[in-house]
Amino acid sequence: MTLLTVENLTVAFPGRSGTVNAIEDVSLSVSPGEILGMVGESGAGKSMTGAAIIGLIEPPGRIAAGEIRLEGQRIDTLRPDEMRRIRGRRIGAIFQDPLTSLNPVLTVGEQLIETIQTHLKLSKDEARARAIDWLRRVGIPAPEARIDTYPHQYSGGMRQRVVIALALCAEPRLVIADEPTTALDVSVQAQIIALLRKLARETGVAVILVTHDMGVIAETADRVAVMYAGRIVEVGPVAEVLTAPRHPYTRGLMASIPRIGARPDVLPQIEGAMPRPHARPAGCAFAPRCPVRIEICGQTRPDLTGHATRSVACHLSEEVPA
Amino acid sequence: MTDPILTVTGLKKTFDLSQPFLTRLTQGGGRKYVHAVDGVDFTIPRGTTLSLVGESGCGKSTVAKLLMGLTQPSAGSIRFDGHELAGTRAGQPPAVRRRMQMIFQDPYASLNPRWRVARIIGEPMKSFGTHPDPVARRKEVDRLLEFVGLSAADGEKFPHEFSGGQRQRISIARAISTKPEFLVCDEPTSALDVSVQAQILNLMRELQRELGLTYLFISHDLAVVNYISDQIGVMYLGRLVELAPADRIFAAPQHPYTRLLLDTVPDITMAHRDMDRPAGEVPNPITPPSGCHFHPRCPLANERCRAEAPVFRAHGDSQVRCHAVQEGRTDPMPLRKAG
Ligand SMILES: Nc1ncnc2c1ncn2[C@@H]1O[C@H](COP(=O)(O)OP(=O)(O)OP(=O)(O)O)[C@@H](O)[C@H]1O
Ligand SMILES: Nc1ncnc2c1ncn2[C@@H]1O[C@H](COP(=O)(O)OP(=O)(O)O)[C@@H](O)[C@H]1O
Ligand code: SF4
Ligand code: SF4
Ligand SMILES: [Mg+2]
Ligand SMILES: [Mg+2]
Repeated sequence: MTLLTVENLTVAFPGRSGTVNAIEDVSLSVSPGEILGMVGESGAGKSMTGAAIIGLIEPPGRIAAGEIRLEGQRIDTLRPDEMRRIRGRRIGAIFQDPLTSLNPVLTVGEQLIETIQTHLKLSKDEARARAIDWLRRVGIPAPEARIDTYPHQYSGGMRQRVVIALALCAEPRLVIADEPTTALDVSVQAQIIALLRKLARETGVAVILVTHDMGVIAETADRVAVMYAGRIVEVGPVAEVLTAPRHPYTRGLMASIPRIGARPDVLPQIEGAMPRPHARPAGCAFAPRCPVRIEICGQTRPDLTGHATRSVACHLSEEVPA
Repeated sequence: MTDPILTVTGLKKTFDLSQPFLTRLTQGGGRKYVHAVDGVDFTIPRGTTLSLVGESGCGKSTVAKLLMGLTQPSAGSIRFDGHELAGTRAGQPPAVRRRMQMIFQDPYASLNPRWRVARIIGEPMKSFGTHPDPVARRKEVDRLLEFVGLSAADGEKFPHEFSGGQRQRISIARAISTKPEFLVCDEPTSALDVSVQAQILNLMRELQRELGLTYLFISHDLAVVNYISDQIGVMYLGRLVELAPADRIFAAPQHPYTRLLLDTVPDITMAHRDMDRPAGEVPNPITPPSGCHFHPRCPLANERCRAEAPVFRAHGDSQVRCHAVQEGRTDPMPLRKAG
């Protein structure tokens, strides 16, 4: 059973020089307990996809096409107040900067208890016990003592643990985590990654993990969707996509990452830059940078096609050996 | 070691955090200090790269600012090609400072948004007087723009018209405009996407080969550092805990903290590594742990570590600050696979 399905989603922003599509024709699905990674460079549309799913696209942006279903229910057409109830209760969110998700004038406990009581029918005492339990689960030492302290009294890594507890304490089915470890040190990042995986396994919550860091994807996600210029260009199981990428962009990206244990004279690099939304070329958006493009690439946009778990949007996807 | 261009000895920077700033934060009074840089020694041979790595707040950027004269050392010496720079301010003396430039992490904040790119790149040439003639200066700007992979026409544009990677190219063009021999690069690719990062790292390597530049490179990304460096220095709470040739540090890390850092690098070839994660975070630098600052997180810590700070000592090709390494009791720790 899939938990979330997104079909042919397009998010459009009206602008001075006409409407631009921040994301185009994005389709994906997530199963319970699964961690779906979304990678791609800045501006590729990762955050916009997440924002569309939790109903937080800022006007004048809007969903121009497609549909989003959570446990079979269409959620992209809900009224704002209905969507607000789903956020928090059925879909949680974790953002990059823990401070923006936490209220500085409330104690960590007050914030957790309020979220728990808003969404679950529990007494104040039960909610407090539940809050302490969540702090313990996310690895806050001595949670009974720390629950009554304020966010600024926590370190950056501890704050992000609190944000994770806040996102999960109402027991949502899906969590959107947008760059949850980008602001953290590597050693703390490693701890947060391990925590997310553990919680997904234990609670069955599904996670959409948005990041530009392939290492984080490799260690955390089950499947990965690679975005380029507003579209998903490749999706599949993490181990397959990262070790045998099939889309020329994914290949270039993987090759360009410096690795410990290899010291080449020159890093393989993708020439040029990703086009902005208003300047995307006709046909395949990657064509101007693609080392293997063929004639049709400049005219016809390749669809995301594939078998079972692995899909690629490239005219050469059949020819390119796996 | 051949032809050291920069030698840093006993470098210290202590920030005084006493009243009134801290009255809000601490209950009691008293003076509070952060030993941001607490006795750092290294030498960089001409034409090579030394990188500093370590977690946030360990003092990397402070070292960079000390070298550039943007802040003054509390103690220690900075010798650049025979000139003592400790105690001299940024830009002073001009004949020496012209030979040192800096590239910053944030390509957005470090470029004046109201200036055209040509003026941004030409500014150091003007202030250091290397190209006083505006026409000659503009010609040199055009050459630099093309040299870093932009076009001469880009000189007429403003910074906001460029992507992050392009802005970092502009920063690099500005930094090399006075023909410096030494560049301090503080996280030059940390704000960039990986595909853009590869372009900038390649450009930096190419510049080093063509112009014979020497780099002090700062990063928290060990894989980046592995690609760019000849020597790597690992910092922890203001101190260098290990300094070694790059290949050496990855093949045979000595210090327990170096090993911890290597173990936490997310590995794109190792999906779903489910090992126990190293615990702990960097302690508060105002009240660092006694003895070896790393002891609360160290699996090898003992009484001596808690009481006595280890000294920085040669150990093979490396220099290491650790009692366990010096006592030869690190053996059970697994070595990382060599490159
Ligand atoms: N101007 C200042 N006044 C007081 N304390 C300072 C000042 N600048 C830096 N510090 C302190 O000195 C220590 C080292 O800071 P520094 O910026 O050098 O760290 P860093 O290694 O560059 O960290 P990051 O990876 O986060 O950039 C920190 O504890 C920091 O809070
Ligand atoms: N408020 C907005 N108005 C118009 N376009 C926007 C807005 N926010 C984002 N975009 C565009 O949408 C695209 C996707 O952005 P985003 O999802 O934030 O990318 P990512 O998270 O992958 O870095 C980008 O091209 C961006 O410029
Ligand atoms: S469709 Fe053509 S241009 Fe696009 S990635 Fe495939 S081969 Fe390259
Ligand atoms: S000196 Fe002691 S505590 Fe410090 S790193 Fe070495 S073994 Fe660990
Ligand atoms: Mg984003
Ligand atoms: Mg810094």
